[in-house]
Amino acid sequence: MPLIKNGCVVDNEWTFIDDSTDPDGTGLVTVSLPRYLQDVTRERTRNVTLGVRLTPSDDPDLLLPHLDHLPLIEIEFPKYTDGRGYSLAQILRRRHGYTGELRAVGHVLRDQILYMNRSGFDAFETARADLSQVLEALSEHSAYYQPAADGHPTVFARRHLRPD
Amino acid sequence: MYRYDEFDAAIVRERVDQFRGQVSRRLDGTLLEDEFKPLRLQNGVYLQLHAYMLRVAIPYGQLDPAKLRRLADIAERYDRGYGHFTTRQNIQFNWVGLKDIPDVLQSLSEVEMHAIQTSGNCIRNVTSDHFAGAAQDEVMDPRPWCEIIRQWSTFHPEFAFLPRKFKIAVTAAEDDRAAIRVHDIGLHIRRRDGQIGFEVHVGGGQGRTPVIATKLNDFVPETELLDYLEAIMRVYNRFGRRDNKYKARIKILVTETGADEFRRLVDTEYAAKTDAEKIALPQAEIDRIHAYFAPPDLTRKPARSQILETAQAANPAFQRWIRVNLHPHKQAGYASITISLKPIGGLAGDATTAQMRVVAKLAEEYGHDDIRVTHAQNLVLPHVALDDLPALYADLDGAGLATANEGLVTDMIVCPGLDYCNLANARSIPVGQDIQQTFADPDYQEDIGRLHINISGCINACGHHHVGHIGILGVDRKGEEFYQISLGGRADHHAAIGDIAGRALSREEVPDAIKRIIDTYRDLRTSAAEPFIETLNRLGHTPFKEAIYAAD
Repeated sequence: MPLIKNGCVVDNEWTFIDDSTDPDGTGLVTVSLPRYLQDVTRERTRNVTLGVRLTPSDDPDLLLPHLDHLPLIEIEFPKYTDGRGYSLAQILRRRHGYTGELRAVGHVLRDQILYMNRSGFDAFETARADLSQVLEALSEHSAYYQPAADGHPTVFARRHLRPD
Repeated sequence: MYRYDEFDAAIVRERVDQFRGQVSRRLDGTLLEDEFKPLRLQNGVYLQLHAYMLRVAIPYGQLDPAKLRRLADIAERYDRGYGHFTTRQNIQFNWVGLKDIPDVLQSLSEVEMHAIQTSGNCIRNVTSDHFAGAAQDEVMDPRPWCEIIRQWSTFHPEFAFLPRKFKIAVTAAEDDRAAIRVHDIGLHIRRRDGQIGFEVHVGGGQGRTPVIATKLNDFVPETELLDYLEAIMRVYNRFGRRDNKYKARIKILVTETGADEFRRLVDTEYAAKTDAEKIALPQAEIDRIHAYFAPPDLTRKPARSQILETAQAANPAFQRWIRVNLHPHKQAGYASITISLKPIGGLAGDATTAQMRVVAKLAEEYGHDDIRVTHAQNLVLPHVALDDLPALYADLDGAGLATANEGLVTDMIVCPGLDYCNLANARSIPVGQDIQQTFADPDYQEDIGRLHINISGCINACGHHHVGHIGILGVDRKGEEFYQISLGGRADHHAAIGDIAGRALSREEVPDAIKRIIDTYRDLRTSAAEPFIETLNRLGHTPFKEAIYAAD
């Protein structure tokens, strides 16, 4: 599935391994949160680089001890109408200061990508939007009322930054 | 009244362009209907029984002449010459073509209006007291905070795909005219030691599971309001049920979690918020928005008006209208007046293009350019000099807008029902009209006094039947329409859910049963000064239930 990251199409080097499959020992893999928490301490004994895939009901606080060396967190959108992933992303980026890749996977559509990006996602795995559409979606608004993970100053603040 | 600056204007303009793109992607098939649906819903576009319906936001019910004229123009050009004011202080157009909607939104943006978040599982249009800024019993004008909440909630990136829709209401008056206890969040502005803060109620609602809100917090200081709201929203977004749309509102989360545990979750989330996450609304910004709502420049006048009293003496119909539709103003010599959109036999909340233009003109001439929409589906001119009332009345009367029934038995909330809505089980409009005919005599109505009858055509409760003093709910029994009567509901500061009285009635039985309830009240009240709801609460429901089924 195409992967768009930081405004470019990039190769997806990661594979998600579900809990019923045993990772065979090499490469870049993401696993579920319970499996990650179980495997992470053993990671360095193998040639596996481990990332994690969160489901919407997962508690992102459980990743707190591991965020500094996590290269990738995927957050799954089982349906685009399930908005829990936006809160998880905001918590990871803004509360916990996670700086690695935050990737939206699952039912990711063009018209949700702006909100995802504002909430902290920098990568989008989507079969339903090409690069030009994603770039267009990201540039549809020039001003935002709320602070978010994209760091844009709010309209509330910008109003008072204008030179007199 | 708030005016857009370049940021507000750009945000709305960019939204119009964005939706134009989405409509064109839907029309060319790039977007599937299933994927387009939440996008159109977040722009107020519903698919109804007969056509697309466009719901336009009227934030906290605030209009001015330019806005109302534009709504009149849209009704004339894109609809069938009328609009329907709703219980959420919005307006709906029932016959707009999908291809025209981007143009309608463009036209609205020119007068600082939009249809953003009037539908969909997001934070909806914030509602408030229709007498805000004029009422004697408010601690401050609540509209600046409504406007701040409007801006904060607009395109909030975290809360666009909530488990279910989310409604916030704000009042600053002891007499709660905004029904805050039946909203997802109800805010009551309080003043404590000179500081402004918010009493926060959460988890109220109507629909198929009516719940009166729980008080979550006695006093959230104004500078912390938005951060506190975000904490509630995040708890709801993460933990609200998504497995069943009928259990997805925050009221179910609060009920199932328990009020204390829910409060703990909110407090924990709020306490965890780092400084970097906080909204940090600059004081200069709070002041800037408040400045827009400075009271109108009302010339000092004596408390009594000779012109008014002379006109009243000469015209009993005018005198009645003054008695019924006038609400006291905080400044002597002025009043707030209700323009009833409930003429006998009419459609509750409907206004024609011509009527909208008349109201716009009168607001300019006599009303300091201020017009409000009420949650009871009427209009209000909040600031009118007593001296101007005779002239105002004459023009309203000429436009069919001088019905003297504000708060009386014929001023009913009535949902569109089976005549328009694809959710309804039964018709509402003809039932309401039959009841209106029963009580059409203005002396009879006035003798009955304040009484709210609310009618819904299905359990989704758009007609607020749970909080009507008398509620009427349409139900379907094997293809036949029946109506369940409930008693004792109210939406004000003593909010309560009505009790179902007994077996459902056929449509033909309803008007006489209502008449028997009301005549029982007239027999049993201590005096004409005791309103229906107080007699009911004093005596209990039994005599009234017996009256309903007296024909059995």
